[in-house]
Amino acid sequence: MKRILMLAKKEIIQLLRDKRMLPLVFVAPLLQLILFGYVVQTEVKHIGVVLADNDRTAESRIITEKFTNTGYFEIEQRVNGESQITKYIRSGQATLGLIIPKGYQSSIKNGRTAELMLVLDGSDANIGLQAQQYAAGIIAARSQEIMNHKLNSIKAITSRISTVESRVRVWYNPDLKSVNFMVSGLIGMILTVITTILTSVAIVKERERGTLEQLIVTPIKRWELILGKILPFVVISFIEVGLIISTGMLWFGVPFKGNILLLLALCVAFLFTTVGQGLLVSTVSRTQHQAQMTAWFFMMPAVMFSGFIFPIENMPKIIQLVTYLVPLRYFLVIVRGIFLKGVGMEALWDQALILTLLGILIFGVSVFRFQKRFAD
Amino acid sequence: MSKTNGSYEKSIVVDGLTKKFVGFTAVDGISFDVRRGEIFGFLGPNGSGKSTTIRMLCGILEPSGGNASVLGIDVAAHPEEIKQRIGYMSQKFSLYDDLTVIENLDFYGGIYGLKNDHLAGRKDFVLEMAGLKGREHELAANLSTGWKQRLALGCAIIHEPEMVFLDEPTGGVDPVSRRNFWEMLYHMAETGTTLFVTTHYMDEAEHCHRLGFIYQGKMIALGTPDQLKQQHMRGEVIEIAIDTSQEALRAVVGAPGVDEAYFYGATIHAKVGSVKRDMPAVGKHLKSLGFKGFSVQSVQPSLEDVFVNLIQDTR
Ligand SMILES: Nc1ncnc2c1ncn2[C@@H]1O[C@H](COP(=O)(O)OP(=O)(O)OP(=O)(O)O)[C@@H](O)[C@H]1O
Ligand SMILES: [Mg+2]
Repeated sequence: MKRILMLAKKEIIQLLRDKRMLPLVFVAPLLQLILFGYVVQTEVKHIGVVLADNDRTAESRIITEKFTNTGYFEIEQRVNGESQITKYIRSGQATLGLIIPKGYQSSIKNGRTAELMLVLDGSDANIGLQAQQYAAGIIAARSQEIMNHKLNSIKAITSRISTVESRVRVWYNPDLKSVNFMVSGLIGMILTVITTILTSVAIVKERERGTLEQLIVTPIKRWELILGKILPFVVISFIEVGLIISTGMLWFGVPFKGNILLLLALCVAFLFTTVGQGLLVSTVSRTQHQAQMTAWFFMMPAVMFSGFIFPIENMPKIIQLVTYLVPLRYFLVIVRGIFLKGVGMEALWDQALILTLLGILIFGVSVFRFQKRFAD
Repeated sequence: MSKTNGSYEKSIVVDGLTKKFVGFTAVDGISFDVRRGEIFGFLGPNGSGKSTTIRMLCGILEPSGGNASVLGIDVAAHPEEIKQRIGYMSQKFSLYDDLTVIENLDFYGGIYGLKNDHLAGRKDFVLEMAGLKGREHELAANLSTGWKQRLALGCAIIHEPEMVFLDEPTGGVDPVSRRNFWEMLYHMAETGTTLFVTTHYMDEAEHCHRLGFIYQGKMIALGTPDQLKQQHMRGEVIEIAIDTSQEALRAVVGAPGVDEAYFYGATIHAKVGSVKRDMPAVGKHLKSLGFKGFSVQSVQPSLEDVFVNLIQDTR
């Protein structure tokens, strides 16, 4: 036990003296948080719309106004045919094409389903998805209005029909405020980056300098060595989590709805996967530089395929299958669930179970490899 | 230093020790032993297998074959048991550059499980011995090579090991520091510590009690420095003080009676069957080729001569 603490203490002294690593560990995550926070906040408003109103009726004007009134959308261009829509979206001048077909109003009047056509630029999936959600919300709200209106007129004729009241609500993230989504996601991202890179670099550094060999001839046990090296980074990770959560809450006003202890406990399960990755990286890297490169190589899929930035449901089927192997995928569901929805274990047990199994698997394999590759 | 365990006779007993890496044998069935309290010098050219042997003896590498016991314990079977009782100073001076002198000592002391009072006493002893008093709070990175080397030794012996392995401890260190360092080694040997040292310096080899010479993974000579000079030097040596050019070397090699010739410091050494018979002929030969201003004299073969000779014989 004393040896583990000795090693952990040494590791912390070294980290505090490392002019390159220290900012990476403490400043970068906050910068990232603030940056991401603002990027998503500003981008998501004023989505450019190119409008083809082929109906030119009162009803078509109403729906157009609904779009612009929210502040999320701005009409960039009005065009005549649908063919022109593509042009504006291609050139990036607009993200959304809204096509109101001829006969839109008469369909509504005659009680048939009226159709609106939306063309969405999916190249930035985040904005695309947001735009889609906003648009769907607006349209749903309008159709609700129309329905209520109709029900009211029916009621006037016969009082036997009671009012049907139903409202479309956007759950969990009522303002569709994407910063909430981001802050919670960043917890997973930053834990991944910090622990994977720090663990692998800290070990490879010792191998590179020959101090690992020096440690092998001391009576320290291998599990003591592994624990001693990992412990400080786990502690640091928890500090980071606290930092991110409090910044997210205080700065961006993200509500924390769930149980913090549950979140921290599941963080541990997640850390097994990332620290395991770090160990694994250390067994295949000879230099610190190699370790960093390899660590990034491991983390790219985490970013790409976890749903952190690109929603999984927008991915091709094959890629969706790949995402099941990415631990961050499960952790993001957990963090967002606890953070934004305030749900507990009863809703997350399956994610937590898979995450824990993945953690045991990855950590076990890497400890095994680490033992074998200890010396050379 | 107190020696608690007296249950072994020889500090190291090695029999047929072998290490194979993929497709290549780095250490090839070597056998030797090291007595208690002696300084054993382990010599050999680059890549001959010195570090590999040491790493097997310290339990870092697993041998591919043969037996090795250190302090009476089989290193392959029980590598953990010897660790508390040996010290190892690797070829790289494995210190933590970003820790201070005292932090390095504290760390290794803690890892070896030394308790407060004992650790304080040992740190004091090591700082004194290494002449690092007053520099406790300097970063190891800022020490010059000579000091680093002494600190590395200090870290390796903080737990008072009975046996210390030193892998090229004086590589890249200036002559004065080398001398200081060897004085520390003598002192340790006097107090009963067994030392196993690899080196490239022949003057250091002269100071060892016994030597082993390894070449291409095989032990090709073993004995005291004097024994080696007597047993492995067939013929005698003459020293030619001449400009050390390839041209001059070729001329000496071509002289009658010369078995082989090689650069030796700023001179050329030539091995001949008999100094009396061959030395004048060498001088004459060089003059006839137009060399001027050189001198030829007979010298006692040094260890270096012995080793050049040994290597030539093996080829
Ligand atoms: N892990 C390894 N895998 C493969 N080959 C190795 C390994 N370690 C050492 N070798 C090779 O084994 C041979 C002996 O190496 P070793 O380090 O023991 O030599 P050495 O006598 O210590 O040399 P030097 O004087 O340069 O330190 C070298 O050819 C080296 O390249
Ligand atoms: Mg070596």
